[in-house]
Amino acid sequence: MNSHAFHPRRRLFFRTLAAAGAVLVAGCDKLSRTEWFPKLLSNTEILTRKAQRAILPRKSMAQEFPESERSPEFRSNGTAMPENPQYKALASSGFAAYGLEVGGLVEKPVIFSLEELRALPSRTQITRHDCVEGWSAIGKWKGVPLMAVLEAVRPSAAARYVVFHCADPMESDGSSPYYESIDMDDAYHPQTILAYELNDKALPIANGAPIRLRVERQLGYKHAKYVMRIELVDSFEKIAGGKGGYWEDQGYEWYAGI
Amino acid sequence: MALRIAIGSNQEKFMDQSSDAGRTAANYLYYRHTLPVRVMHWINVIALTILLMSGLNIFSAHPALYWGKSSYTGRPPILEIESATDASDKVTGITRIFGHEFITTGVLGASNGPNGNLVGRAFPSWLTIPDGRWLAMARQWHLFFAWIFVINGLCYVAYSIVSRHLARDLAPTGTELRSIRESVVDHLHFRHHSGEASKRYNVLQKLTYLIVIFVLLPLVILMGLAMSPGFDTLWPGWVDIFGGRQSARTIHFIVAWLLVAFVLIHVFEVLITGLWNNLRSMITGRYRVEAEVSK
Repeated sequence: MNSHAFHPRRRLFFRTLAAAGAVLVAGCDKLSRTEWFPKLLSNTEILTRKAQRAILPRKSMAQEFPESERSPEFRSNGTAMPENPQYKALASSGFAAYGLEVGGLVEKPVIFSLEELRALPSRTQITRHDCVEGWSAIGKWKGVPLMAVLEAVRPSAAARYVVFHCADPMESDGSSPYYESIDMDDAYHPQTILAYELNDKALPIANGAPIRLRVERQLGYKHAKYVMRIELVDSFEKIAGGKGGYWEDQGYEWYAGI
Repeated sequence: MALRIAIGSNQEKFMDQSSDAGRTAANYLYYRHTLPVRVMHWINVIALTILLMSGLNIFSAHPALYWGKSSYTGRPPILEIESATDASDKVTGITRIFGHEFITTGVLGASNGPNGNLVGRAFPSWLTIPDGRWLAMARQWHLFFAWIFVINGLCYVAYSIVSRHLARDLAPTGTELRSIRESVVDHLHFRHHSGEASKRYNVLQKLTYLIVIFVLLPLVILMGLAMSPGFDTLWPGWVDIFGGRQSARTIHFIVAWLLVAFVLIHVFEVLITGLWNNLRSMITGRYRVEAEVSK
């Protein structure tokens, strides 16, 4: 067999390769739009969560940084000013009338004013915020550990998730308020705080004033801003899209540890 | 020459009717790749292709790379892909590397979208999964095939050790290591082993496979895990060994392209050393050994 005999075959090979590539891209896009395939892919989330929970100690700590590593400015992403008249009214009076309602599956529902939250024990941490888009920023947060708030309201035994209802509507008509949820492992984690200060100043509106969640072992979208109400539930299936958060309802993972 | 489907043990020889004049012995088919290696090779082809393409879609959500622990350190990004739209709605693709700006319209920053019109996006749609910007779906693809890739890779390493594929076929001998210089010269002249020697990998091939299997692939996985805020808590600060999370993301990106470079060279070598023979040996396991030319 001489080498010339390869040429038509070689051409065939490249054509097959190009055709296979086109079929791959088109096929993947078709699959992405089916109902069953993304469902199959999303099983990975369970595997990832179980693997991480198996490998990592329950109270494994996120890295904390020295002051010198702080990002000069902490980037605001998503909502910078909630288009919500009630929120704007609260903001214009410096959140004096703000009350954080903590209820649901608890023995003693409580509404905390900002003053009361500040009077609880606080934690300060300089941590890295990892956005699902790929960027990171390092900021110094001060807030009340969620654990302290939960101890005050005493969750009932049936409570499995903590849901954060927020003030920022995600649709231009003022609907679809942002919300998020975490499980009890993260809720009782020492670095999980309701932050009211960023970089030694009152939390700016662009970063979630007056209260934003910090849940340091997960990606940025879990860190709900403009938290107005906290609800303990046994299931989040009945809330909004049923996936446990605004971005989760858009197809992002509920467990955002990766 | 009619292709023969060889069924039998490793050393079975098959007479080749088309043996050319001037050869002392007949050509024969040699069982070169075992079934597990072949299966794992093709799983890897699919997984790495999807990982690359979905990875480029994920990258497009924030098309900039940094060195350090965060993206906002006061220093500019190492690489940045942007699109700019002027007053007449003309889209331009801009790529900035270490502060040097290049117009890359058509490829990076702006390229023809699924509908054929120029749109602003980091990588062209034919190179990404899904074709349009869809971070949530790209992550689903990426993380699913990351698991397949990792499990496949672990199976491969375990199999290679147990079956002695690693010791027998991949580990270079001392003699081979001393002949690296000749092997480099041979490769540069596109001279390749024939006859009995073509049954074995050559020394550059062995070293390249070892670097890919034991350096690049573990590194790309590790740097992927370094981006996980969950996995980072395993031992707080471990990502700083690699310069921090944003450095890890940059390394992940660079190693992905090093793997692309490896695949290009690999496919090139497959082409020039006998496309169909190599392809058959990775599908059926049988490699046609040309009998040595008598001198």
